[in-house]
Amino acid sequence: MFTQELNAVYILWLRQIKRYYRARSRVIGSFAQPLLFLFALGYGLGPVYAQAGKGNYIDFLVPGIISMSIIFSGMFSGLAVIWDRQFGFLRETLVAPVSRLSIMLGRTLGGATIAFGQGVFIFIVSLFIGFHVQNWILVIPAFIMMFLIAILFTALGTGMASRLEDIQGFQFIMNFLLMPLFFLSGALFPLTNIPTVLMYIVAFNPLSYGVDALRALLVGTTQFGIGMDFVVVTSVAIVFMVLGAYLFSTIEA
Amino acid sequence: MWSTVSASPIIEVIHLSKNFGEFSAVNDISFSVPKGEIYAFLGPNGAGKSTTIKMLTTLLRPTKGGVRICDVDVLQHPSEARRLFSVMFQEPSLDDELTAYENLEFHGVLYGVPRALRHERIDELLEMVELADRRHHMVKGFSGGMKRRLEIARGLLHHPRILFLDEPTVGLDPQTRNHLWEYVHVLNKSESITVFFTTHYLDEVDQHAHLVSIIDHGVIIADGTVDSIKKETHTDTMESAYLSLTGKMIREEGGDNSNRSRIMRAFAK
Repeated sequence: MFTQELNAVYILWLRQIKRYYRARSRVIGSFAQPLLFLFALGYGLGPVYAQAGKGNYIDFLVPGIISMSIIFSGMFSGLAVIWDRQFGFLRETLVAPVSRLSIMLGRTLGGATIAFGQGVFIFIVSLFIGFHVQNWILVIPAFIMMFLIAILFTALGTGMASRLEDIQGFQFIMNFLLMPLFFLSGALFPLTNIPTVLMYIVAFNPLSYGVDALRALLVGTTQFGIGMDFVVVTSVAIVFMVLGAYLFSTIEA
Repeated sequence: MWSTVSASPIIEVIHLSKNFGEFSAVNDISFSVPKGEIYAFLGPNGAGKSTTIKMLTTLLRPTKGGVRICDVDVLQHPSEARRLFSVMFQEPSLDDELTAYENLEFHGVLYGVPRALRHERIDELLEMVELADRRHHMVKGFSGGMKRRLEIARGLLHHPRILFLDEPTVGLDPQTRNHLWEYVHVLNKSESITVFFTTHYLDEVDQHAHLVSIIDHGVIIADGTVDSIKKETHTDTMESAYLSLTGKMIREEGGDNSNRSRIMRAFAK
């Protein structure tokens, strides 16, 4: 019974990876936006940041851009659910004798793996434009954190997509959600001395803790503390996963 | 042609209803299917056939009433019920961006068919539906008929207790149709799999089914053996019996969402 659930998770994961790998144009397109942010902001705002006495902006920015590429890719992988619904394939998974948690898990891990891979790619590119890793051992926990962020936001996107029937609606909600999540996470600016109201909003955004953890591990500065970061990101990821499994159990097709 | 019938029902439908808003798609239907039967579920377009199949296969929650499959309450224990059947939907449900083989592999793994058996059956079924030489081709390049054949192969991959076939032979050439029915009979006999199917080709009912029920406007208007229905309507084929029961007016597809998704698919192209 348990091995069958595990196999189901595996085959759902594999399907996602295969589809991604085969859609070459999507692979290239998905890197364009974070790279643009990295180059434009990194080189554009760098001198201002240095003048303000904050040091190297690229070092500050890279954890934010890594997070950005992960949440965009993760959230949008929820689109796969809507495509599957429109092309009828969703039914094939819904009548299968596996738990809805396994379906949610398999889909989420698939999307999260892709999102994580993109984060790793941005990390590697950033090394070539002057990003300094403070301690290479800590890259390992940083990668774990990247994967957790990926799971959290893929689960969110997938869960929301299970409620929606058309692509336009999904894109509309995504744009409303993604930009605030990204801009109000401390990905682009330091959280020291920002207005209190803004700080409350930032503290309520799970991405803030992901960005903070990556900054702690890769650059060595933290706002909330690395322990707090891991606790928040992991628990929110679990909550979204369970919620998504529940939403999948109520889908009618 | 048909198999022997034992007394215990394998599917029990009890006062089942489904409303979509004001529209009553299925209205208080009850019937039971004996184990080992090949059972035809007939009706004009929009009569409630697909809606009923969706409720039997856990995809749609009934507004009222219940369904039991092998004594498992489908509403209370959906996962347990899902182990017991296989379903082939009227609309395509393949992954276009996977190969034929990968689609079957995906299904086999989801249904827990052990690896060796899975590969053996996939080979056998691809041979049956004459797609063996296309096994590693992407499904998106397939014609409508080829996709249909692949879905048939997939529906037969894990040997369930009940096989639901919603218009399985639409768009198939006579050769493939015959193959399909032959295979269904083999499964019905050797593994005593109960078959529940819908069709608009009524000669298939004469040839392959034993028991029939006919649904129209969401209500069962006739059920019984093929012979008894023919006798009651004083006809000698299922086609004329069916027409005398349901009339000759052409129906529009109703509130079912199948039409809408077909249109959406066309736009997505």
